[in-house]
Amino acid sequence: MTSGPGPGLQPSLAAGASGPLPASGDPILQVSGLRKSYKTRHRRKVTSVEAVRGVDFAVQRAEIFGFLGPNGAGKSTTLRMLATLLRPDGGEAMIAGADLLRDPAQVRRRIGFVAQESGTYGESTGRRDLVNQARMYGVPKSAAKGLAEAAIAAFQLEDFVDRQIKTYSGGQSRRLDVALGVIHSPQIIFLDEPTAGLDPPSRARMWQEVRKLRDQGMTIFLTTHYLDEADALCDRISIIDAGLIVAEGTPSDLKREISGDVVVVDLAAPDTAGAPEPAVILQAAKILTEQPYVESCETIEHTLRLYVDGAATAIPQIMRALSAKGIEPGAIETRRPSLDDVFLAKTGRTIGD
Amino acid sequence: MKLARDTWLIFTYEVVLLVSSPVNVAITLIQPITYLLIFTPFLKSVMHAPSYGAAYAIYVPSLFAAMGVFSGMFAGFTLLAAIHQGVITRCRVTPVSRASLLLGRVGMYVLLVAFQGVVVTVIAVAFGLRVNPGDFLYALVLLSLMVVLSVSLGYDLALLVPRENALGNLINSLAQPLSLLAGCLIPLSVAPLWVQRVADWNPFAWGTNGMRTILQGRIGADVIWEAPLIMALVALVTVAWSSRLFSREIA
Repeated sequence: MTSGPGPGLQPSLAAGASGPLPASGDPILQVSGLRKSYKTRHRRKVTSVEAVRGVDFAVQRAEIFGFLGPNGAGKSTTLRMLATLLRPDGGEAMIAGADLLRDPAQVRRRIGFVAQESGTYGESTGRRDLVNQARMYGVPKSAAKGLAEAAIAAFQLEDFVDRQIKTYSGGQSRRLDVALGVIHSPQIIFLDEPTAGLDPPSRARMWQEVRKLRDQGMTIFLTTHYLDEADALCDRISIIDAGLIVAEGTPSDLKREISGDVVVVDLAAPDTAGAPEPAVILQAAKILTEQPYVESCETIEHTLRLYVDGAATAIPQIMRALSAKGIEPGAIETRRPSLDDVFLAKTGRTIGD
Repeated sequence: MKLARDTWLIFTYEVVLLVSSPVNVAITLIQPITYLLIFTPFLKSVMHAPSYGAAYAIYVPSLFAAMGVFSGMFAGFTLLAAIHQGVITRCRVTPVSRASLLLGRVGMYVLLVAFQGVVVTVIAVAFGLRVNPGDFLYALVLLSLMVVLSVSLGYDLALLVPRENALGNLINSLAQPLSLLAGCLIPLSVAPLWVQRVADWNPFAWGTNGMRTILQGRIGADVIWEAPLIMALVALVTVAWSSRLFSREIA
């Protein structure tokens, strides 16, 4: 098993002008007011797009921290700024004791980064890249070979690590990418959409690997647009939308903010093809919103998402109220609040939009 | 120093990758060898060369110029591929000096083209070229400087125009006149005077002239020391500028 960060950290990685690594108890990552705009040119017009509009957050040691948000929310841009790939337009960040704006070189020594795209030459082999990656962090050649061996064992790459990378499956390739990202035992590793495009078994395996890294003392910062990933895998999350953070906390705490149950009423009848008339949907929404036991009602296409105190008592009353006006719902479902409901409450949209 | 160490690391990695598929290396030799064997007889009759040995002494520098200019500029495409595959991004996140990502690759191309130069020369020698090792080494040095210059230019273009189609057109538009004005097909000595004056501004032309002068045994000529000096200066300035461009943000 590869030795994790902490006592096993090599001295060359801990030294540097930025100062010592933060004492345990201090956050390992602290971000304040980070901003980034892009200029896009279309025909003659140059417009400025604010991808990240000032984010503040902190990440504690040895936790799995997630950035959850829809596509285009600014997750990847924030991640790339922290990984020193993009220069922030404003704000500050302290990453593992190094100042992002003043000493990016030191930040690079202390972090690992796994992009969404693979980052390897198809013609190379996993082993060659593992050795090379370690050497890029200043590890001498013989020690680098040892680290590569340890990584191969830790991530179970033996079966294919000596084959060309273009022959790897998606899951194998992603495991190699993570192994490359942590081979120098960084204090914190950044993962950009780690399970995007993976089949369910590979996803589950990746989650296992990430938890294993956390248990060894590594801090993981990941971005995702998958609710279940944020919910099941992350210790704490920040929900980001349109360049701003709209919520932060543990998944349970965030869901608890939404009191009561969620009742989803689907107005599309299963036996008729096509959706119900918009007028019907509007009328149903109006009826239900006026009900005393309904806290709020959101319309999403032909379904109504109701936030009620207790689903058990609410459902019969919902049926009665709708039948009285001649509206027959096609299906009714109830569930506990999810992170999507949290997102909806904060932004007025669902993550799927 | 860190830059030297990092450059060596990138260089050895790229070379090992290159050598791991010898077929690809062999394929790069097909065009130069074809030109060498098929074009030289034409040149011999056009230039009224007294022997094949003399014809090769005229043509090999031209061929070197073509190899130097084209292989270098098309290196831009492999850079784009590396960027799209995320390799450059992964390297940029490590502490490795960003200039070394360029310099290590330049070194790999120098080695590759020098190897091609050796193979081409060995074949030419088999067909009648006479050259002594010192002169040949001089020619390789000039060839290497050409590669440094053209790879840097190719990378600059790839970074400024990161779309394959547009890059292809741009490289062709630049590489053709540059190589023609370096005498890659017909020596400039038979070109009209105004063309020769324009070619004076082409560093590659100086390289070709230097090589041809030494292969023809005219050691005392000024161009023998002028060519490496000019090429080294231009190559140095270009590489320095390209390193800075490379170090700036690339997504």
